[in-house]
Amino acid sequence: MELTDLTIAAARTGLAKRSFSALELADAHIAAAAKARDLNAFITETPERAREMAGRSDARLARGEAGLLEGIPLAIKDLFCTEGVRTTAGSHILEGFVPPYESTVTANLWRAGAVMLGKTNLDEFAMGSSNMTSHFGPVKSPWTRRGDNRPLVPGGSSGGSAAAVAARLALGATGTDTGGSIRQPAAFTGIVGLKPTYGRCSRWGIVAFASSLDQAGAFARTVEDTALMLQSMAGHDPKDSTSFAAPVPDYAAALGRGVKGLKIGIPKEYRLDTMPEDIERLWRQGIDWLTAAGAEAVEISLPHTKYALPAYYIVAPAEASSNLARYDGVRFGLRVEGETLDDMYERTRAAGFGAEVRRRVMIGTYVLSAGYYDAYYLKAQRVRALIARDFTEAFQRVDAILTPTTPSAAFAHGEKTADPVQMYLNDIFTVTVNLAGLPAVSVPAGLSGDGLPLGLHVIGRTFDEETVLGAAKVLEDAAGFVARPY
Amino acid sequence: MALDKATVAHIARLARLRVEDKDLEPMARELDGILAWIEQLNEVDTSGVEPMASVVDARLPRRKDEVIDGGQAEKILANATGAAHGFFTVPKVVE
Repeated sequence: MELTDLTIAAARTGLAKRSFSALELADAHIAAAAKARDLNAFITETPERAREMAGRSDARLARGEAGLLEGIPLAIKDLFCTEGVRTTAGSHILEGFVPPYESTVTANLWRAGAVMLGKTNLDEFAMGSSNMTSHFGPVKSPWTRRGDNRPLVPGGSSGGSAAAVAARLALGATGTDTGGSIRQPAAFTGIVGLKPTYGRCSRWGIVAFASSLDQAGAFARTVEDTALMLQSMAGHDPKDSTSFAAPVPDYAAALGRGVKGLKIGIPKEYRLDTMPEDIERLWRQGIDWLTAAGAEAVEISLPHTKYALPAYYIVAPAEASSNLARYDGVRFGLRVEGETLDDMYERTRAAGFGAEVRRRVMIGTYVLSAGYYDAYYLKAQRVRALIARDFTEAFQRVDAILTPTTPSAAFAHGEKTADPVQMYLNDIFTVTVNLAGLPAVSVPAGLSGDGLPLGLHVIGRTFDEETVLGAAKVLEDAAGFVARPY
Repeated sequence: MALDKATVAHIARLARLRVEDKDLEPMARELDGILAWIEQLNEVDTSGVEPMASVVDARLPRRKDEVIDGGQAEKILANATGAAHGFFTVPKVVE
């Protein structure tokens, strides 16, 4: 077996038994990434740092001081600040920015012994569902449709991370999920994507998009591997006052729980008229898998589902317009000179932000401006409260919820770009979870008619990642998804 | 409700985003399309519902009032396009 085909769990065993060294494992991935540059999955590769970190891992392994992820090579979404390594957020406006500090989540991963391979491509400021809005160009999914070699999107915004893990360029990767940015790309590329509860991982040092929705999470090729990653990433951080001050449970221990005796909610509002037959079939299959493992399927209603996306497209741009006010050409990144200070701000921001970011800054500024604040912003926050209440009520009757992850399989580069709203609809099944702050996972569960991966989506109660992981493991075992991009 | 050019220009100004005159009209149409789709929120009865700003407890935790960080002017200025004598520099604002 190639070292790049290992799971994180198998790599840990191999490293512990000295079947190979951390340096060999890092080198195998460095070589794989160099061979797959056509995917454009990485914005910055850090092979020297990877080899240096792997060398230190080998020393710790030899001393018997291995951390949970000792010697495991990971890719990092280029939204996490990494000390001394340029961080772009996929934007031109951060041109030349080298953080003088490390994000808490990546610091936690390095403390657990993980090895950094590089920084992955993403939609600009994580605003997108296709990775097409990156200043550094689109990412090509390693997958293609059967009999059609047009390049496909890996999904977004964490498209580079998903493509890297699917193409065996990394054993795992970090992502962030504001409206579906981990789960949708995981579904599109046939891997597992875990979005923890809001507050489970610190947001400190992650370039902010929408602060009440952003949450860091993990990509890997098995449910167990995402559990191992979350174990290292999660935890309270005094530098993020919204991070959860409670001990992190043993996630790997939750994998064997199964779903026996659990009630699994099937929300009737997720049954769209426009849903392709293969997704409908996969969903039914998922229900059968869980019931065969001893769960009871219960139809539930989440009546405000339809309003989640429009509410999100007020709340997220409003928060983004405020967060992105810091990019003014003064303290970091790009500066375009102007005649006056305001002129410099305006020219810098016009040149530095791409079309989608400008659009969202404009929408956000509009809905927060005098005269529109109540009608748009407060209205959206009220609808958000109703969406959260839908889930609270549902979780009085059920232990977890099962839905498809996306309303379609991956689409081609250039498709769905004419109308922004068509692109936004990609996140129809994932965005409710962010508004309610819940944990959820996407598990690869089958193939579409034209041979592309499709994901099933398990949603859990606040801070109940354990039930989510247990159910995801049951789906993973039943699906036996072995298809590979190439 | 249709956005006009003047409103878009005003919003762009508030956002400190330079939009060329020829781009105001297309941007107005684009934003209109998004706002028209958002209008469906008006179908929802939200009377008596409190706006939700965050899913976590709104009370911020308190910590001891003590200096835990600082003295890093050099690191902070390292990423600035313009810096001199320990300060950021910007175009002249006072004549």
